[in-house]
Amino acid sequence: MAAVTVDHLIKKYRQDKKTSITALNNISFSVKEGEIFGLIGPDGAGKTSLFRILTTLLLADSGSATVCGLDVVKDFRQIRKQVGYMPGRFSLYQDLTVEENLRFFATVFDTTIEENYHLIKDIYVQIEPFKNRRAGKLSGGMKQKLALCCALIHKPTILFLDEPTTGVDTVSRKEFWEMLKRLKDQGITILVSTPYMDEATLCERIALIQTGNILSINTPEGIISNYPEILLAVKGDDMSHLLKSLRSLPEVKSCNAFGEYHHITLKKDLKLSETDLQKKWNDQSLQIKEVISIRPTVEDCFIRLMMETSKAS
Amino acid sequence: MKQFLSFISKEFHHVFRDRKTLLLLFGMPVAQIVLFGFALTNEIKNSKIVICDYSKDAVTQKIIEKIEASNYFEIEKSLKSDKEIESAFKAGDIKLAIIFPSQFQQDIMRGTGTKIQIVADASDPNTATTLTNYASGIIRDYQSENGGMLPMTIGTNPRMIYNPELKGSTNFVPGVMALVLMLICVLMTSASIVREKENGTMEILLVSPMNPMLVIISKAIPYFILSLINLVVILLLSVFLLDMEIKGSLLLLFAESALLIITALCLGLLISNSTNSQQSAMIISLMGLLLPTMMFTGFMFPLENMPRPLQIISNLVPSKWYYIIVKNVMIKGLGFSYIWKETLVLVAMTMVLLLLSFKNFKIRLA
Repeated sequence: MAAVTVDHLIKKYRQDKKTSITALNNISFSVKEGEIFGLIGPDGAGKTSLFRILTTLLLADSGSATVCGLDVVKDFRQIRKQVGYMPGRFSLYQDLTVEENLRFFATVFDTTIEENYHLIKDIYVQIEPFKNRRAGKLSGGMKQKLALCCALIHKPTILFLDEPTTGVDTVSRKEFWEMLKRLKDQGITILVSTPYMDEATLCERIALIQTGNILSINTPEGIISNYPEILLAVKGDDMSHLLKSLRSLPEVKSCNAFGEYHHITLKKDLKLSETDLQKKWNDQSLQIKEVISIRPTVEDCFIRLMMETSKAS
Repeated sequence: MKQFLSFISKEFHHVFRDRKTLLLLFGMPVAQIVLFGFALTNEIKNSKIVICDYSKDAVTQKIIEKIEASNYFEIEKSLKSDKEIESAFKAGDIKLAIIFPSQFQQDIMRGTGTKIQIVADASDPNTATTLTNYASGIIRDYQSENGGMLPMTIGTNPRMIYNPELKGSTNFVPGVMALVLMLICVLMTSASIVREKENGTMEILLVSPMNPMLVIISKAIPYFILSLINLVVILLLSVFLLDMEIKGSLLLLFAESALLIITALCLGLLISNSTNSQQSAMIISLMGLLLPTMMFTGFMFPLENMPRPLQIISNLVPSKWYYIIVKNVMIKGLGFSYIWKETLVLVAMTMVLLLLSFKNFKIRLA
């Protein structure tokens, strides 16, 4: 049985009497039991709306969804007992201490810290030295750890994490994902959203989502291997000038800035080696230092899919 | 039940850790009682006066003693001649001069009648009138006490029932009680529920097995308890600081106050259902309640003098009914049989508000 199924969900927010914003535009997917499923997309893609519908906090305009085989509208009470939800914004009581927060949520979920301590132990030991500190005074990473503990304390079957790593430093992010892997090993299905493309590869399957549409659903590997073109990385001295020049070249199909390189695709296979390309472009006075062929990242795939859909529409 | 208790203890943590809330919660009633009791009262106490006694006999001595014994006057000094009066007024904060003519006692005994002259500083006409009334009251009082002994008596004998000393506090203590209980309850409950929405904790609480209704009820209970504590503080202040007497049954007073608190809590729930930010909840509670409660409760402006439409509107203000109840119980010492109608009105209001807030209650976001 699928842990989560989403069937043709549509959600619109009315802005005024005439216009409305489409947050979810007829999306469908399903999440298998025990997997880490990632929703990857920029801000405003509809991730939070989707999470809120699945956690029974919002009603969709049309379409249906199930969580643990239960309908999100009819059986919302049962769902609320079984899922763990960590909202995108830090949503614990800032004026309560770490321990008070955890104890409070344990009681609300009709359990005790002791009963499910094994689940949160790995995470909680890291914040335990600060258990008498008010939650509002914790650092970003510690807040997220505490929020995760609170969402886990009742041993949920599915965990919904809405952008858990936003605003968290790189080291804490890495630790956070390691924790998620361990939770998955304990049999908890995890649905996680993130705007960080580099985190996509840490999920088992991902859905790329953009302005309410799902662009693609696959394993990160599958998405990358579906990339149909050859991708080149180009580096030069004056990168911003180079970006402009490359985009004006007739043979360049797309060119995007990616950190210290520009990733480009070509319109047709020029059958030239990287060094020949570099030479050809440098003859056109582009001042390129390096051209290499690279394996695309999820971000490359996302940008390509995004452009395709915007062209199609 | 465990959820419920833990929720309530959490709510108390919030209140006691937020100094501003705490200050508002307990500072406001104290400040209001003290303010209304001392600053905003129309009673005048301890006014400085001078006495000019040409007679210096047993009767004038008695009257002077009586004047001095009252709370209203403080004799600054005795003058030898009435010529000194003007300079006394000019020199200091003397409000009144009382002059006894010579042979005062003899004139009274002979029955020819005599007059005491009272000179007041009328630059503040209201104070002057009040003070001369006080003074003539005291003199009249003396006359009536010694009526059998003295041949001459003056007939006027106004009697003030319920508030013989014309204490202003009898009027405003019930009013302040109504005001404070209404404001604190409505403001606190609405703000605390909306805070959960604002902080996003409502989201987590909704996605929990806890019944959302229970969330709301457990929010109301701490404020119910705190309001009762507030009530005790107000009553203690009025009894010990303002020398007010609670004539009726204390139990009845508390029961009726509990009813008003519940009414106010329901109103707070209703407000919190329809707003999403603490600020708007506060503004609605303050603007929408402070003014109507002050205006239409009846303790500041008598309702009888208002135009008819305003009188009709005043019926919608719960504190108006509570004010009538408290006045009857606290000052007149009446029992439940005299206030059952007002109680019924409050119960009905509570029911309607409760029904409305349950109907508007959202089990989801937005």
